[in-house]
Amino acid sequence: MVQFLGFALPGVPYGCTYALVAVCLCLTYQATGVFNFAFGAQAFASAFVFTYLTQVHGWSGFPAFLVSVVVMGPVVGWAFDRFIFRHIPNSNSVAKMVCSLALLVGIPNLLPVFFGNQNLDATATIFPFFNPNTVYFTLWDTPINGIYLATISVTVVVLVLLTILLRYTSLGLQMRAAVESRRLVQLDGVNANRVVSLAWIVSSFMAALAGVLLASVYGAFTSNDYVILTVTAIAAAAWALLRSLPIAAGVAVLIGVTTTVLEGYISPNSIWNAAVVPSIPFVAIVVALLVLPGMRTLDSNRDPLATVDPPPPPIAAASRAPTMDRIIRPLWWVVFAGFCVSMLTWMQAPWTTVFNNGITISIVLLSITLITGMAGQLSLCQGTFAGIGAFTAAQVANHLGLNLFVGALVGAVLAAAVAIVFALLSLRLRGLGLALMTLAAALFFDATFFNETYLTGGQQGLPIQPKWLGTGVFFNSSGHAVFLVSLGTLIVAVIVVMMVRKGTVGRNLAAMRGSEIATAGLGVNPTWQRIVVFALSGAIAGIGGLLYSLQSQDVNAGNFNAQFSLVLVVLVVTTSVTTLEGAMQAGIGFFFLQQVLTEFLPKIGLGGVGASSLTVALFAFGALTYAAHPEGVLEFQKRRWNERFERLFFSGGSGELTGSTLSTRHANG
Amino acid sequence: MADAQPLLSLLGVCKSFGGIQAVSSISFDVFSGECVGLVGPNGAGKTTLFNCVCGQLRPDIGDVRFDGTDLLDLPTFKRARLGIGRTYQKVEVFTDMSVRDHLLVAERARRGEGRLWRDLLNLSKPTTDEMNRVHATLELVGIARLADTSVNALGLGNCRLVELARALATEPKILLADEPSSGLDLHETAEVAAVLRTVQRERGTAILLVEHDLSMVAEVVDRAIVMDLGAMLAEGTFDEVMADQNVRDAYLGQMGAA
Repeated sequence: MVQFLGFALPGVPYGCTYALVAVCLCLTYQATGVFNFAFGAQAFASAFVFTYLTQVHGWSGFPAFLVSVVVMGPVVGWAFDRFIFRHIPNSNSVAKMVCSLALLVGIPNLLPVFFGNQNLDATATIFPFFNPNTVYFTLWDTPINGIYLATISVTVVVLVLLTILLRYTSLGLQMRAAVESRRLVQLDGVNANRVVSLAWIVSSFMAALAGVLLASVYGAFTSNDYVILTVTAIAAAAWALLRSLPIAAGVAVLIGVTTTVLEGYISPNSIWNAAVVPSIPFVAIVVALLVLPGMRTLDSNRDPLATVDPPPPPIAAASRAPTMDRIIRPLWWVVFAGFCVSMLTWMQAPWTTVFNNGITISIVLLSITLITGMAGQLSLCQGTFAGIGAFTAAQVANHLGLNLFVGALVGAVLAAAVAIVFALLSLRLRGLGLALMTLAAALFFDATFFNETYLTGGQQGLPIQPKWLGTGVFFNSSGHAVFLVSLGTLIVAVIVVMMVRKGTVGRNLAAMRGSEIATAGLGVNPTWQRIVVFALSGAIAGIGGLLYSLQSQDVNAGNFNAQFSLVLVVLVVTTSVTTLEGAMQAGIGFFFLQQVLTEFLPKIGLGGVGASSLTVALFAFGALTYAAHPEGVLEFQKRRWNERFERLFFSGGSGELTGSTLSTRHANG
Repeated sequence: MADAQPLLSLLGVCKSFGGIQAVSSISFDVFSGECVGLVGPNGAGKTTLFNCVCGQLRPDIGDVRFDGTDLLDLPTFKRARLGIGRTYQKVEVFTDMSVRDHLLVAERARRGEGRLWRDLLNLSKPTTDEMNRVHATLELVGIARLADTSVNALGLGNCRLVELARALATEPKILLADEPSSGLDLHETAEVAAVLRTVQRERGTAILLVEHDLSMVAEVVDRAIVMDLGAMLAEGTFDEVMADQNVRDAYLGQMGAA
C-alpha cells in the first residue's frame, strides 16, 4: 500500500495542472460555446515568458509571475475574445474549432519569432510562492516539497472559487445563459460581451497558471509536455461532458495518478512502458467519446436566433461573370503551361524543391478538401494517414523488394483501411466529437506505432534507397522525375475529388452537411457515405505522404505527427477548404512563402527569425479569418478582385448582369 | 377498409424521456391511399410518434409494422427505402443546395444509386429521365420556377414546399407530414392542402398528417386521431372526433366548454 501511494502521490501535482486546463476548457465552453484547443499553447506561452524573464533577464520569480501569469494570461484571453471569438458567436462548431486550432498552431510558432530560439531550462525556474527544493514534510515515504504544495493548494483554491462563481453568482448564471444564445441574453438586457470576456479572462489566467506550475513540476521545458497537458485536459473535460468542473478536475487528477502508478509498476525497459503509459490520455478520450452519449450532441447549434444569419457567400468561380470566366480560364492554362516548362527547363533548386514539396503536400491537402470541404467534418489525423501510406510503402519496398510505387498502392490501401476503422469508431460523432476522436487517434499513432524504431526507423527515419525505385532518376538534383510523378498524381487526385464532388456521393455528402436526419429519411445510408469519404481521403493522403517523403528522400515520423495534421488543416482552411484550387494554393503557397522568407529575412536583419515558424504562424493567423470567411481568406479576396475587375472593365458596357453583382445583391438580401 | 391489410400499424407504442411519458400505448392503422389526421395540442406526442415510425427514436414498448415488415430493428434509411417519406416540424433543408439538387438526392436515393465507381467514371450525371421526374414533382408542388434557386435564398414557406417536394420525389407509399402549414399564410396553406389531396388521389399515397390548422385537417383527411399528453383520446371522422366531449375538453379547452 505504501508502495502504491508512493507511486500515486507524485502524480497528483501533474493531475492538478491538467485539472486547471480541463476546467478552463469547461468554463470557456460553458460560457462561449468555444472548445479552445489553444489553452495548452497559452500555458506554453506563459511558461516560456516566465522562464525567459527569469533566466535570460535575471528577473526574480514574483515579478516574472506577475507579468507572465497575472498580466499576460488575462490580456491574451481578453484579446482572443475581443479580436477573434466575439465576432463568431453564431458560427458553426467547425469554424470555432478551426479558429482555436489556428491559435494552437500559431502561438508556439510565434514565440521563436519574438524571442528567438531559446534553450531554456525549466529546472532553473524560480517558483513564485514555494521553494521547490525545500521538503516540507514526508507522506508515505514521499517527500512533499514546495512544488507539490503550491500546485495542489493553488488548484484547490482556484476550483473552489470558480465553482462558487458559476453556481452561486448572477455572473455565473449569465455565463451559462450566454452559451445558449448571446443575442437572446442581450435582449434580456445583459451585457453578454462583458460576461463572455470575463470568462475568457478567467480561463486564460488559469491556463497561464497551469503552464508556469507545469514547467516547475516537469523540471524540463519542451513543447511536447504541453501537448500532453492539452490532450489530458481534453480527456478530463470530455468525461465531464464539458460541464461539470469537479468531474473534470477529478478525472484529470486520476489520469495524472494513473500515469505515475503505471510508470512505477511497469519496468522502464518494457515495451508496455513505451506504448501504454503515453496512450492513457488518448484512450481516455476515445472511451469517453464512445460511451458518453452526451459527447455526440455537444456542438449542435442551439441559438434560436440563428435563422437571422445571412447565407454564406458563393465561391468566386461561381459568382464570376461569364466574360471574366472566358478570360481567366485560359489564363490559368497559360500560367500552368509556363510553370511546367519552367520546372523542366531553367528552374533550379531550391525553387524546384519548393514547388515539388508544394505539389506533394497539395495531394495530402486534397484529402482534407474531401472530408472538411465536402462532408463538413473536421479530421485532425490526415497527417497520420499520410504517414501510414509512406511508411507502409517504404517497409514493403525494404522487406518485400517491391517497387516503391507498388508499395504506394499498398500504403494507400492500408491508410484507407485505418481510415475506415476511424470512421467506424466515430460513426455517431460529429463536429467537435469527431475532431477530438481524430486528434486522439493521431496522437495515439505518434506515441505508439510512429514511435517504434522497427516500424519507422526512430528519429533517423527510413532513408529512401534507389533500389526501392529501380532507378536513380528520382535522386537527380534537377528534381524533374519527382516533379512529373507528383504532378501526374496531383492531376489524378484532383480529377478523383472533382468526380466525387460532382457525383452522387458528393451530392449526398452535401445533403448530409445540411441535414443528416433528412438525408437518411430519403433512404441514403449516412454511415456508408461517411466510410466511403474517409477511405478515399485516407488513400489520397497515404499516396501524398509517400510522394512528400520521396522529395525529401526519407520517410520520417517527425514529418507526420499530430502537429503536422493540425498545420495541414490550418493551411487549407486559410486558402479555401471548399475548392480544389484551395488545396493547391495552400500547398504551393506555404513552401513558396517559406522560401521567400528564408531569403528575405536575413536581408532585413531578421536572420534569427525562423522562416518556417513565421510561415506557419502567418497561415495560422490567416486561418483565424475562417469564421468570417468560411470560403477561405484567399477565396474571399478572389471574389473581391472579381468585383473590382468587373467594375473596371465591364461597367456600363453591354449591360450584362454579372455574377458578382448578383452575389452582392443576394448577400445584401 | 377494415378487411384490407394496413399499410402502417402501430401496436401499443410507448416512449418516455426520463420521467416524462411522451407517448403512451398508442395503437392505430393507416391503410393505403388513406389520409389520416393526427391532431392534438403541443406536447401531445405527435412528433415523437413520427420519430418512432421513421427510426429517429426507438419505442420503449410496442411494435411498428409497415407493409408487413417489422420496422423496429431497421435504421432510418432502410425504413425510407421501404416507402416512408417525411417532412419535418422544424424545416430540414440542405443548406447551400439548389431546389433541384434536393430532389436529385431524393431521386437517386429512390433508385438506390450512389456507387463510388460510377462517380469516378463520370457516370453519375443526371439523366433526362431523372430531370423529367424532378421537374414533374416540382410542377406538382408548384415550385418549378425555383428549381435553380439555392434554398438559402428561400423563405420558410418555400422551404416547406421544398421539403414536401423532396419527400414526394422518393415516391413514398406513405407520407408523414409534420405540420406542413406551420409558418405559411392562408394562400400557401391552401396550396399545400391541394398538393396533399392530389398526391393522395393521383398517386394513391397514404398520408399521416400532423397539423394544428384544423380547417386544413378537415379539408384533407379521411379520418382523424386525437392525442393529448401522449395518449390517444379519440379516433373517427373529423366531425366525429371534434364532437367528442373528451376532445373538446382536452384539446379545445375553454372554447370547447363554451
